[in-house]
Amino acid sequence: MTADTATARSRGSLAAEMARARRRRYRAFIGRLFAHRSFLLGFVLLGGIVVLAAGANVIAPYNPDQNDYHSFLAPPSAAHWMGTDEFGRDVMSRVIFGTRVSLRIGLGVVVASGILGTLIGALAGYVRWLDGALMRCMDGLMAFPGVLLAIALAAALGPSELSAIVALTVTFTPRTARIVRASVIVTKRMLYVEAALAAGAGHLRVLFRYILANTLSPLIVQLTFMFAVSILAEAILSFLGVGPPPPQPSLGNIIAGGRAYIQEAPWVTIYPGLAIACAVLGLNLMGDGLRDTIDPRLRTVREPR
Amino acid sequence: MLRFLVRRLLSAIPVLAVVSVVTFLIIWIVPGDVTAEIAGPDATPAQIVRLRQELGLERPLLERAMVWYGHLLHGDLGRSYLLNRSVAAAVIERLPVTLSLVALGLLLSVVMGMLLGILAAVRHNTWIDQAATSVALLGLSVPDFWFGLLLIVFFGVQLHWLPTGGFVPLTRDPVGWLRSMTLPSLTLAFTQMGVLARMTRSSMLDVLGQDYIRTARAKGMQAWVVIFRHALLNALIPIVTMVGILTGVLLGGAVVVESVFSLPGVGRLIIGAIQRRDFPIIQGGLLITAATFVFVNIAVDILYGWLDPRVRDDR
Repeated sequence: MTADTATARSRGSLAAEMARARRRRYRAFIGRLFAHRSFLLGFVLLGGIVVLAAGANVIAPYNPDQNDYHSFLAPPSAAHWMGTDEFGRDVMSRVIFGTRVSLRIGLGVVVASGILGTLIGALAGYVRWLDGALMRCMDGLMAFPGVLLAIALAAALGPSELSAIVALTVTFTPRTARIVRASVIVTKRMLYVEAALAAGAGHLRVLFRYILANTLSPLIVQLTFMFAVSILAEAILSFLGVGPPPPQPSLGNIIAGGRAYIQEAPWVTIYPGLAIACAVLGLNLMGDGLRDTIDPRLRTVREPR
Repeated sequence: MLRFLVRRLLSAIPVLAVVSVVTFLIIWIVPGDVTAEIAGPDATPAQIVRLRQELGLERPLLERAMVWYGHLLHGDLGRSYLLNRSVAAAVIERLPVTLSLVALGLLLSVVMGMLLGILAAVRHNTWIDQAATSVALLGLSVPDFWFGLLLIVFFGVQLHWLPTGGFVPLTRDPVGWLRSMTLPSLTLAFTQMGVLARMTRSSMLDVLGQDYIRTARAKGMQAWVVIFRHALLNALIPIVTMVGILTGVLLGGAVVVESVFSLPGVGRLIIGAIQRRDFPIIQGGLLITAATFVFVNIAVDILYGWLDPRVRDDR
């Protein structure tokens, strides 16, 4: 009885010690991450955009749909820092509200394709007889160049935020699945996986608890870049008119609207593009920083967009 | 080599099969009634019903799939709802514009990307390296259609150097053709060269650290001979693979860039068809661009196998 409580106590303190060690390692990792110059720069850039999007109601100087009948296509001024568009709407307010759509769709794609891609990649990597069929399907989806498939899918589903997320998820999931599968295949052969199986752990437990935990680093790096690519792709969908429809401002549809007036009012086109570039550059820099910090061996891995 | 070639060609079959299934299903997920839109607002219900029958939309999905595949295997991609002509003819007629845009864009992005990458690697950890890497990353971070619009404003509207859009056929006026293609291909190249620049840089850095480079330098060879003949030739192998992927990316980018610069290519055809719900054109366009991409990749793989015998023996 006393021996039991002693082991329980020592086991408790061992667990506490391990938790402390994990926290220390985690803090050291965060420290290294923020010491990385590009990560820090990217964090500041993206952070700025996130603050704008989150505080849009407070920060935006005007209602994005409100028309100022005294100034149509007015150049940037003290009253309208980024000028006004052809309906006399304040471009800056529209850009600020537009960042919400971009971030929301980008995040939606990252979450959905992160989950789907992990499931498909894990199954393909772990269950041998599924591998061929699953990966041929992924290859087929990847055979459509660029965002062409997303454009067609978004058009077929009808323009809305949800269909943009679905279309981009279908387009980008194969990339996630490939990364996860490659990582699972390597990890599957590790001795500790064999040990876990020998100790009687079920396949599901081994897959989720031991193997997938090890694919997390490349996955996080990949998803950061995918966030960036999704924002760019969403802008393309909105620009072509198959993204979330106006009057709700999205960075892509503001540019599409400004295009007709690009000679007399280039500011309507320029500023939303700068906002996209800031968000995407921020994410790309963060991705580079994460990749270097998490695993220097991944240095050369960079999916093209 | 022959076995490698055959195996590589056979591997395209399942991929193309998936491509065709996805393309066929796209029309199936469309909500609502397409025929009403095609027939226009003035159509009577009887006309709409007749149109539905003509288009075969009344029949069950499986039957439609059989008919579609039957035609597809005979090379018949159907007829456009609105252009009133065969899809294959409409797409193939516009393919040269798209392909020449992709080719020019590829040429420019390979030259610019590799130069940036070489420059960054040779001047590793200096401000030149930083500047080159930053330019590459900036290109990856701006939206292509937006960059194209900026080029139009700057070179077309402000400076009047180049046309703001439109297309001049090569056969009619080569100089005009080059002028009409300069801004579009520059747009593609600037936004896509980044991946290649990064790849070249890391690949060159690997090679430049090897012993034989030091030997070449030590025996007094000129710096540029070492860089281009000794280092670059060996750094080229991973870069060749990249070019295959890049072609696909450029093909996708061309769709968007064509709409920005009003070039009459396949991309603009597809986008126009999307806006007017002309599904046979959308399907045909998707199918042909995807097939083009698949075969470009096979060609690159074969080139790769020829450059590096290990590849064809391994697989």
